[in-house]
Amino acid sequence: MLQITGISSIEELFSDLPASAIGVELNDEPLDEAAVKSRVVGELSKNRVYGRKCFIGGGPWFHIVPSVVKHLISRGEFLTSYTPYQPEISQGMLQTLFEYQSLVCELYGMDVANSSLYDLPTAIGEAILLSCRVTRRKKALVPASLPRERISVISNYLEPHGIDLVKVSYDGSGKLERSDLFGKIDETAASVYVENPSFFGTIDKDIEEVTEAAHRKGCLAIVGADPISLGMIKPPGEYGADIAVGEGQPLGSAPGFGGNSLGIMACRLESSLIRQMPGRIVGMTRAFEGGERGFVLALSTREQHIRREKATSNICTNEGLLAAAAAIYLSLLGKQGLRELARGIFARTDYALHALKKAGFAPRFSGIHFRDFAIATEDPRKINSRLAGSGLSGGRDLRQDFGLSALLFAVTEVHTKEDIDGLARAMGEGANGK
Amino acid sequence: MGNRTYRQSRYDEPLVFELGKEGRRGASLPRFDWESFELPEKIVRRTLDLPSLSEVEVVRHFTRLSQMNWGVDLGPYPLGSCTMKYNPRLNEEIAAEDSVQMIHPRQREEELQGALEVMHKLERMLVALTGMDRFTLQPAAGAHGELTGCLIIRKCMKERGEDKNEIIIPDSAHGTNPASAAMAGFTVIEVTTGSDGCLDLESLKGAISRRTAGLMMTNPNTLGIFEKDVIEISRIVHEAGGLMYYDGANLQGILGRARPGDMGFDIVHLNLHKTFSTPHGGGGPGAGPVGVKGDLEEYLPVPLVVEEGGSYRFEWERPRSIGMVRGGYGTFPALVKAYAYLLSTGSKGARMVSGIATLNTNYFLKRVLEIRGFTLPFQGRTRKHEVVLSAKVLKEDTGVTAMDVSKALLDWGLHPPTVYFPQIVEEALMFEFTETETKENIDRYIEALEEISKTAYTKPEIIKRSPNNTSVKRLDEVWANHPRTMSLSRRMRLMKGDQGAG
Repeated sequence: MLQITGISSIEELFSDLPASAIGVELNDEPLDEAAVKSRVVGELSKNRVYGRKCFIGGGPWFHIVPSVVKHLISRGEFLTSYTPYQPEISQGMLQTLFEYQSLVCELYGMDVANSSLYDLPTAIGEAILLSCRVTRRKKALVPASLPRERISVISNYLEPHGIDLVKVSYDGSGKLERSDLFGKIDETAASVYVENPSFFGTIDKDIEEVTEAAHRKGCLAIVGADPISLGMIKPPGEYGADIAVGEGQPLGSAPGFGGNSLGIMACRLESSLIRQMPGRIVGMTRAFEGGERGFVLALSTREQHIRREKATSNICTNEGLLAAAAAIYLSLLGKQGLRELARGIFARTDYALHALKKAGFAPRFSGIHFRDFAIATEDPRKINSRLAGSGLSGGRDLRQDFGLSALLFAVTEVHTKEDIDGLARAMGEGANGK
Repeated sequence: MGNRTYRQSRYDEPLVFELGKEGRRGASLPRFDWESFELPEKIVRRTLDLPSLSEVEVVRHFTRLSQMNWGVDLGPYPLGSCTMKYNPRLNEEIAAEDSVQMIHPRQREEELQGALEVMHKLERMLVALTGMDRFTLQPAAGAHGELTGCLIIRKCMKERGEDKNEIIIPDSAHGTNPASAAMAGFTVIEVTTGSDGCLDLESLKGAISRRTAGLMMTNPNTLGIFEKDVIEISRIVHEAGGLMYYDGANLQGILGRARPGDMGFDIVHLNLHKTFSTPHGGGGPGAGPVGVKGDLEEYLPVPLVVEEGGSYRFEWERPRSIGMVRGGYGTFPALVKAYAYLLSTGSKGARMVSGIATLNTNYFLKRVLEIRGFTLPFQGRTRKHEVVLSAKVLKEDTGVTAMDVSKALLDWGLHPPTVYFPQIVEEALMFEFTETETKENIDRYIEALEEISKTAYTKPEIIKRSPNNTSVKRLDEVWANHPRTMSLSRRMRLMKGDQGAG
C-alpha cells in the first residue's frame, strides 16, 4: 500500500503537522480484550444495583424491558448503521422510524412526529423555540413544578434568543394554579407548557382549561406527557395540544444512569408547525419505477446540513436506536398491553399511597397520581438514611429544587405488593415509636 | 461484473399497523391486584389505535426490516466526516452490564463510585488526547457539544463585559457549526477557503472585528486537509479577543499526532460515536463531550466529576457554570464504550488509528485519480483521513452525477460516500476509510468506480437507472416533500386520504 500510495512510511502523510501541534508523549499500552473487560467490569462493580429496591421518582424509571427489544436493537444492521442518507439501502431503519413516528402520533393523539430529539428537557426547549418562531412572540409560560434539570436546559435553549421564561405556580393538587396562569398569560406569550402527569405525578383532570386559556390569547399549547400514562388517560391531542413532547426512556430502555433518554416531539397537522419542526422526519414515498412503497428523510430543507444557520435546529445525531426500541416496545405491548400496563401502574401508585398513609405518611399533593408521588416529611434526609439502612434507594429530595419538604418516589410494574409494603415498613420504622 | 454478487434482502413488509390481529399481544406483564381506585371518567382515554401482534410477529417484522438495512457489520461504510469504524462487540457487552444499565443517576454518590470513576478516567484520557484541561461528558451528540461550546463562549463574553456577537465559520464547515452558533444567539460570519483548500487568511482578516466572539473550525477540515495556518489563525482570533472552537468530527485524522489544545484551541467537542468507536444506531445516540482550557472550566455544565483521595463525587456548586444542557449526566453507555475502546487501543495506539485511516484514504486517492471523470479539487496538500473528489467532469461528459455514482455503488454492495458535501465542491464525493477497513474492500471501490465510469461513458442510462440490487429502487423525494403527497405518519396518511403510495 505504501508503494502504490507513493510514500515510504505512514509518517510522511503527517509531515505537514506543525512540530508544536503535540505537546505530550502518549504512551499507555494497549490492553487485550480480556484485560479490558475485567478492568472495566471491575471498576463498574463498585456501583450499587438496586433492581426492585429502587423507588426514586422523577426519572429515569425502571420499567420492564422485554428481552425482544434488546435483541432486536442489538442486531448489527440497526446498531451499526448511520443516519439513513441513502434510502434505497436503508429501508429497514427508515420504515422502523416511520413506524416510531406513527406510533407516537397514535399514542399522543397528534398527527406528525419527528424521529427523536435528545431527551425531554431539550424537547421542551425546542418546542418553545418552535412556538416562538411560529407566533413571532418572545415569552413562554412554564410550570413552576419543573425540576432543576428541565428549567436549566430550557433556559439554555431560550436565553440566547431573548425569550422570557415565566413560571406559573402550582396548587395543592400539583396542577397549574389557574389564577396565576390567567394573570400571566397574554397576547405576548408564544406558548404555555404544561405537563400531565406533572413532575410530581399528579393528573390535572381539567387540563383543557389550560390549553383553552392558551388558545384564547393566540398562544400555542405545548403538553408534556409520559408515554405509558397515555395507555389509560386522554392524550394531549384530545385536549387541544398544538405540540406534544415526552420522555421516551420508559418505552423499552433501562435507566442507564440517565443516559438512555429519548426526546419525543409531535405536532398537529398544520404546515406552519410541521415546517418549523426541529429534527429528522421520515416520510413515505414511492419508487420512480413501479411505484412501490418506500421511505426517505423528508423536509430536509429545515435541517442544518442544508439550511446552515437558518435551520430550525442544529440537531443532527439524535436518539435513533432508542426510537427503534420504543417502536418495538409499543408493537410488543400493543393496545391491550399498554392499557394494562398503565392501569397496573395507576393501581400500584394508589396502593403505595395507601400503604404509606397507613405507615403515617401523607402525600404532598392531593388527587390521582401516576407512577411518581411526593411524600411530605419534615426531614427528608432522615427518611432517606432510614431507607438506606433497609437496603432501599430512598426518594428524590424535593427541598433543593422546589423548597418542598418532601421526597419523590416512583413505583412501576417491576414492583410487587411486597416491595411496596417493604418501602412503607422501612419508612415507618423508628417513626412514632413504630 | 463484481456487482452481480450483491443482493439486498427485500420483503414487501407491511407497516406494523397492518400486521397482527385484534386481541394478540407480544408481552406479558406482572399482575397486581388492587382495584379500589377509580379514574374519573373524564380523563380516561376512549380509543387507542395501536397494533396487536404476537411476540414472534414482532420479532419477524423487525428482523426483516433489519435485513433491509446496511451497517458497518455488513460491509464498508466510507461516509466522509462520519467515521464509520467497526464497533467492537466487547464494548457492547460491557455497556449492557447491569452496573451500567440498571443504575439511577439519583442514587447516593457512594453507590455510584464505579460510574463516577469511569467518567473521571475517561475525562483524563480525553484531556491527554486533546490537550484540554477539563471535560464535561454531558452533551448528547456532536451538534449538542457545539451548542454547549457556543453557550460557554456566550457566557464568557458576557461576563467579560464584551459586546461580541459574531462567530466566524469557514465555508467548508459542517452545517451544524453555523446552526449551533445561531442557536446560541450568534451572527455567523462566513470565511472562504483558499485555492490550497485551507482557510483563506485574507478572508479571515476581513471578517475579524471587535465583534468576533470566536471561530469554529474542524481540523483536518472537511476536505481532509490539515489547516496549515492554524497557529496563525489562533493568534489572530485571540488577538481580537475571540475564542477558538474545535469541531472534533475530524479528530480521527490527527488522533495521537496533534492536539487541538496545542494548536491554540480553547474549546473542543469530540464525537465519541465517530473517533471513539461507539455505534451510530441509525442516527444516535451519540455523545459529544466538550473540553476547555484554563479559566473556561468555570463555565462547563454542572455537575463535573471530581476525585478526592480515591473517591469520586459530583460537583454541583459551580456558580459560573452555564447550568445543564440535558437532563442527565451524559450518554453513559456510550461513555463506557468509548472508555473500553481507549483502553483497548491505549493512548499509544491512538497514533495507529489516524495513521492507518490516513494511509487507507491516501491509497484510495492515489488509485481513484486514475479513473476517468473523477478529479481532486484543491490539489497540493496531503489529505488525512478523508478526501473529497469531484464528479464534475463525469457529469459534464456523460450526464452522470455524483448522486448517480452513489446509487450505482449501492448495486455493488458498497455504501456510497457522503455526497454533495462540502458545498464548496461541485458534485462532491467525500470518502473516509477508517482504520478498520481492509485493503481488499478499498480495492473493490476502485474496481466498482472504474466499472461505473466505463459504463457512464458508454451507456450512462444504465447508471441513471441504478440501484437495482437494493430493497427498493430509486425513490421519489419530490413526492415525499410535496404538500399534496407528503405522508409523515400513518395518521397523516389516513387523514389526507390514501394518495396511492404502497
